[in-house]
Amino acid sequence: MTAQQQMEGLGWEDNTPAVGRVLEPGLDTTHKVILYLEDISVSFDGFKALNNLSLAIDAGELRCIIGPNGAGKTTMMDVITGKTRPDSGTCFFGQTIDLTRLTEPQIAHMGIGRKFQKPTIFENHTVFENLELAMKMDKRALTSLFAWLDREGRDKISDTLKLIRLDAEADRQAGLLSHGQKQWLEIGMLLMQDPKLLLLDEPVAGMTDDETERTGELFKSLAGKHSLVVVEHDMAFIEQLGGKVTVLHEGSVLAEGDLATVQADERVVEVYLGR
Amino acid sequence: MRTPFVIRFLSSMPRSGWIGLAAFAAITLVLMPALHLLLPETSPFHVSGYLITLGGKLMCYAIVAVAMDLIWGYAGILSLGHGLFFALGGYAFGMYLMRQIGRDGSYQSDLPDFMVFLDWKELPWYWTGSDSFLWALFLVLAAPALVAYVFGYFAFRSRIKGVYFSIITQALTFAAMLFFFRNETGFGGNNGFTDFKRILGYDITSPEMRATLFGLSALVLMATLVLGRYLTTSKFGRVLAAIRDAESRVMFIGYNPLHYKLFVWTLSAVLCGIAGALYVPQVGIINPGEMSPANSIEIAIWAAVGGRGTLIGPVIGAWLVNLFKSYFTVAFPEYWLFFLGALFVGVTLWLPEGVVGLWKRIRQRRPA
Repeated sequence: MTAQQQMEGLGWEDNTPAVGRVLEPGLDTTHKVILYLEDISVSFDGFKALNNLSLAIDAGELRCIIGPNGAGKTTMMDVITGKTRPDSGTCFFGQTIDLTRLTEPQIAHMGIGRKFQKPTIFENHTVFENLELAMKMDKRALTSLFAWLDREGRDKISDTLKLIRLDAEADRQAGLLSHGQKQWLEIGMLLMQDPKLLLLDEPVAGMTDDETERTGELFKSLAGKHSLVVVEHDMAFIEQLGGKVTVLHEGSVLAEGDLATVQADERVVEVYLGR
Repeated sequence: MRTPFVIRFLSSMPRSGWIGLAAFAAITLVLMPALHLLLPETSPFHVSGYLITLGGKLMCYAIVAVAMDLIWGYAGILSLGHGLFFALGGYAFGMYLMRQIGRDGSYQSDLPDFMVFLDWKELPWYWTGSDSFLWALFLVLAAPALVAYVFGYFAFRSRIKGVYFSIITQALTFAAMLFFFRNETGFGGNNGFTDFKRILGYDITSPEMRATLFGLSALVLMATLVLGRYLTTSKFGRVLAAIRDAESRVMFIGYNPLHYKLFVWTLSAVLCGIAGALYVPQVGIINPGEMSPANSIEIAIWAAVGGRGTLIGPVIGAWLVNLFKSYFTVAFPEYWLFFLGALFVGVTLWLPEGVVGLWKRIRQRRPA
């Protein structure tokens, strides 16, 4: 039997040559998932910060991550953004980009933005300049020597200023902003990069209730266009966001599901309240 | 429409800055040389050769101070080894000056005196081309650039920062000093190069040559200030200051700090090299003492006293400290280093923004 006949027998009558998808450079989310972490382990001096952590985030999803102190939330972000190299395991952005082989600036260019626990903005620059520096563009040193802000860039910055409600503060030195405003500015800086995935480490820490609620609205409006991973302790905020919740404990996933399911889980209660 | 580069360049400095610069150019490029060359020595307005040479030296110091400000004030990288780049530029040009002596040395040999003394029969390979003025100019730029680039690449790639970086640069200049002290290195050992006679065939001690060197030094200082101003007001400068204030944030928004630091670090070294090359023919000597750690620390003090991150501040700082120095080293020679140390501590504690910061504070207080 020839191969042809064999295939016909199996119902492969279509003889047109198979058309494969051409692999395109950049982010590939054809399988819906934007971020895969698989069996990631990281240890510092024998302490296992991450222990076979596996996690998948869908494109456009808004995911909350909770867990007691030392559960490995920040280390997980370090691994995704290239600050820490995992001892073992794989970390893929889309189907094709292996994050464990890239540096921090390369990962940022791929479209992953990160907000730190403590707001880190450029305190000696103005609010406007902070956004200008963050804007998605050619960021090589020699290009920056001759870079000049055009109309389009200005418009983009002023749009973001309105979105984060800092348009009145544009020319103010960023170090003089209130804590909540600094948090917003940092979020604005992430948005200027036009990222596909946003990692937000305790974004509403230190915000007033009013600011927290507005942040929640902002995040919900971003989901869909961007994928968001939010690490938070504020349960009311997580409830407001309403996405899927993942509970981390001792460096691995303890439970996953919507907030009510997770809160009802006995193991989660045990971890949070102790025996 | 894209804004033309010339307009962007001009807008990097306010009008008052350009006017000040033009005034400085008029004094240093026209007035001072004219008073030196055209008036007889008996005239009360005659500018003496001593004053011209002193002025030229101060211009060279000021260039180094601005170069230091670019990396320390704007990029937050404290180098305690900038004397090395200054000396490398000086040595690179000194080689040419040694060859220009020709057969007029003490031994009437084709080789520089110190080589005759060592009983060497021909020039070592790395002296190839030292007869050529153009090659000397190339070396003045290339030697500091190469050392700075290679050292900087490994240091910045390994993310060495802060006090560790400072200590390593200090060790680097110290090691280079020991290396140049050796007679076998082929740069005149502890005597270095001296007894220069000519540049391009012209007498090095003639009033015309002095005035030329002085004018060139002033010109390079002005160019350094303009370049520094453009650099620090460009996007490059904003990224640099951002790296100084929050390096990890810079990386996470997609900049690679390595290239930014490396560029400004190498540029700073090259500026020091040019200053060194202008300095050596004016003072008539270069020896490994220029690479001593104390010299490099003094450069940092100039910048701190004048005011970091202001460009003009370090120029003032370099001049002020050297003014004190010429007084102190005559009046109380033993106490100069103590005074310098005290000055550094005092400025750090009470004048973090240096003289320029003090001036700004006074001006702000006045209208109130």
